[in-house]
Amino acid sequence: MSMVLNDEQRMLQAAARDFFTTRLPVGALRRLRDTQDADGFDRAAWREMADLGWAGVLVPEAHGGSDFGYAGLGQILEEGGRTLAASPLVATALIAAPLLARAGTAAQQDRLLGPLAAGERLFALALDEGPRHAPAQTALRATGVDGAWVLNGVKRFVLDGHVADEIIVVARTAGSPGSTDGLSLLLVPANAPGLVRTRVSLVDSRNVADLEFRDVRVEPPALIGAPHTGYALLEPVLDGACAGLAAEMLGSAQEAFDRTLDYLKLRQQFGVAIGSFQALKHRAAQMLCELELTRSAVLAALVALDARRDDAALLASLAKAKACDTAELVSNEAVQMHGGIGMTDAADIGLFLKRARVAQQSFGDAGFHRARYARLKGF
Amino acid sequence: MTTEDEFRADTRAWLEAQCPLSMRTPMPEDERVWGGRHASFRHPDSRVWFERMVGRGWTVPTWPREYGGGGLSAAEAIVLKEEMQRLGCRTPLFGFGISMLGPVLLKYGSPAQKAEHLPKIARGEIRWCQGYSEPGAGSDLASLQTKCEDRGDHWLVNGQKVWTSYAHLADWIFCLVRTDTGAKHGGISFLLFDMASAGVEARPIKLISGASAFCETFFTNVRVPKDQLVGRLNDGWTIAKELLQHERGMISEIGRAIGATVPSVDVVAQRYLGDVDGRIVDPVLRDAVARHVMDDHAFQLTLRRAAEESEAGAASGGLSSMFKYYGTEQNKRKFELILKCAGHAALGWEGAGFDESELLACRTWLRSKGNSIEGGTSEIQLNVIAKRVLGLPD
Ligand SMILES: Cc1cc2nc3c(=O)[nH]c(=O)nc-3n(C[C@H](O)[C@H](O)[C@H](O)COP(=O)(O)OP(=O)(O)OC[C@H]3O[C@@H](n4cnc5c(N)ncnc54)[C@H](O)[C@@H]3O)c2cc1C
Repeated sequence: MSMVLNDEQRMLQAAARDFFTTRLPVGALRRLRDTQDADGFDRAAWREMADLGWAGVLVPEAHGGSDFGYAGLGQILEEGGRTLAASPLVATALIAAPLLARAGTAAQQDRLLGPLAAGERLFALALDEGPRHAPAQTALRATGVDGAWVLNGVKRFVLDGHVADEIIVVARTAGSPGSTDGLSLLLVPANAPGLVRTRVSLVDSRNVADLEFRDVRVEPPALIGAPHTGYALLEPVLDGACAGLAAEMLGSAQEAFDRTLDYLKLRQQFGVAIGSFQALKHRAAQMLCELELTRSAVLAALVALDARRDDAALLASLAKAKACDTAELVSNEAVQMHGGIGMTDAADIGLFLKRARVAQQSFGDAGFHRARYARLKGF
Repeated sequence: MTTEDEFRADTRAWLEAQCPLSMRTPMPEDERVWGGRHASFRHPDSRVWFERMVGRGWTVPTWPREYGGGGLSAAEAIVLKEEMQRLGCRTPLFGFGISMLGPVLLKYGSPAQKAEHLPKIARGEIRWCQGYSEPGAGSDLASLQTKCEDRGDHWLVNGQKVWTSYAHLADWIFCLVRTDTGAKHGGISFLLFDMASAGVEARPIKLISGASAFCETFFTNVRVPKDQLVGRLNDGWTIAKELLQHERGMISEIGRAIGATVPSVDVVAQRYLGDVDGRIVDPVLRDAVARHVMDDHAFQLTLRRAAEESEAGAASGGLSSMFKYYGTEQNKRKFELILKCAGHAALGWEGAGFDESELLACRTWLRSKGNSIEGGTSEIQLNVIAKRVLGLPD
């Protein structure tokens, strides 16, 4: 197992840092928020990202992707996390692409992967139905009627739900809520009759929507994989989502920490830099330790996913749990160590706090992943 | 196969053939081999295993062959360590000579000093102790006062050290002494001498764990040959600091090695809290255990990443302080968690009513408290990280 980046990954990292700092700095998110942008992301920037091959990082070359793998995408996500960049990277490139590439039918792949990699088609995964991540609780029903599927139910806090062209819906086709058995994955076009999408404004100013399905009808080719076995197809993709999101969170936490460190050296009180106070020094050093541990867990998870190793699930939960705890610690300390300035909307540091909390909830918080890790470990 | 794969295969085969099965079990602390003039091998197979590893130079895998080492690259040494871990092989020889003195002697020792001392360390013939701390010089180590005077054909040493681990069992000491009272850091020298010299006295001190692992050490007119000063006169602080880095690395590992004789936290939790379908019943402790095991996992990955980065020439400084801090605090948390899970069963002091592992857990819990004090306290490590890694002002 390699825990150092290879040349290709280092180049991606450098290119991503350059892109995000110049093209999508923190100010870009602020502008989207303040202008109440209808999309919640910059379409022109997304096209540029697609041109760099980033939409199709997890799409095989045969389908027009760049196939840099999870470790490559992790570098891009981490750099995007540093500037809090809003983009379809997570929903489309990190989640939909591997799901379609692994589980989609040949027809679905031919139809969708090319446009996905070109950045022309956006996707959303409609999974959770309540305020907390709980795949087993899926209640939205898809019923077979005259050879078609008819969907009824609601999905909440769907990432990119309001801008996606295609929604991948996790629907219950058998069994009852409480079990991950009996779930199926269905591709629903965003303009399907009976589908109502309502954008929801979360504290991080990023993009989520609530979706309501009222007798939404799709034909059998909409099914991804075999019926009732959706969760088995989805789980490794969710592991990838966790590892990738953890990379983004690591980037945000690292940036919040670096900015705080600069402030500790700059701000003077009692005639000295506040960074000379031991109470703050020690807390800064402890944050560094947590950041380093998180970095190792994230990298190990990304590498394991690329190699499709047996411990990839374990490492993905490790990465997400560490990233959640570290993001919480660092974002809180960052505000505190900035003093009054940290409470102002004009300072960026609060934006890192806001994004951290939302990302913590996406695809399971630290407690969720500790319980999962314990189960996988057999205790 | 790459050369690394080949090396791994050869190493595995050799270990499988040469490591006695009894040496592939967790090692009670009293079965450790420390070597020295009074070396003892409490477990008979430990001598066999020790001699085979000495023969291979694998008591000190990365040292040059001419000094009794194995001549391995850092990457090969990691492979060796991994393969030993895989089989559960015991560390064949412990000692401050291996983990602390050797690395700095390799760098700062004269050719004669290296030729004299390194092979004896590698072969476990001489056991060393560390004379750093004094009653008035703990965290502020550079305020040490043990006096060392130039008496023409020899050095004359007078003073007192304290917390000198295993001084009563050691053959030689590496010692920080004051050779100039006019400069704090710049008046310290690094001296080696025989504990059997006239005027050396070591008095064991009892620890909260009941063991007597360290001593007050007194020097009264100790005569030391002139060629036993390492590096330049008054330049000992450079060596002292570098040695501390090696010590910190060792302490985070030693805690782990001691910990290894106690079952892992999740196993303890299942045993004392009970489980349903393998799941620890108490949800609060289950979460705490998971957190602990996961932090351990992430820490191991970080050690590994650091090793790979330094192999690739991209090492970041200050890491030994981070590992020392985190590893020792983590080890303390481990034992606190074991106490929480096992309740009174892990609080037995001696005698009937407890099994071996329970008594060991209690003693090791107490000993673990020292991990974050010895080799520079946790607070000092955080100071070092803040200054050296984060660049925060004094
Ligand atoms: C088990 C064990 C084995 C040891 N073995 C050896 C050995 O073999 N050889 C040897 O030379 N020494 C040895 N030591 C000594 C050890 O190195 C010292 O105990 C240690 O450096 C701390 O010094 P002190 O005990 O004087 O504590 P002090 O320095 O008095 O510290 C007391 C408290 O004050 C805190 N403190 C001190 N300065 C600062 C600061 N600047 N900022 C914040 N907090 C501070 C400390 O962190 C600690 O919590 C051993 C100690 C132990 C516990």
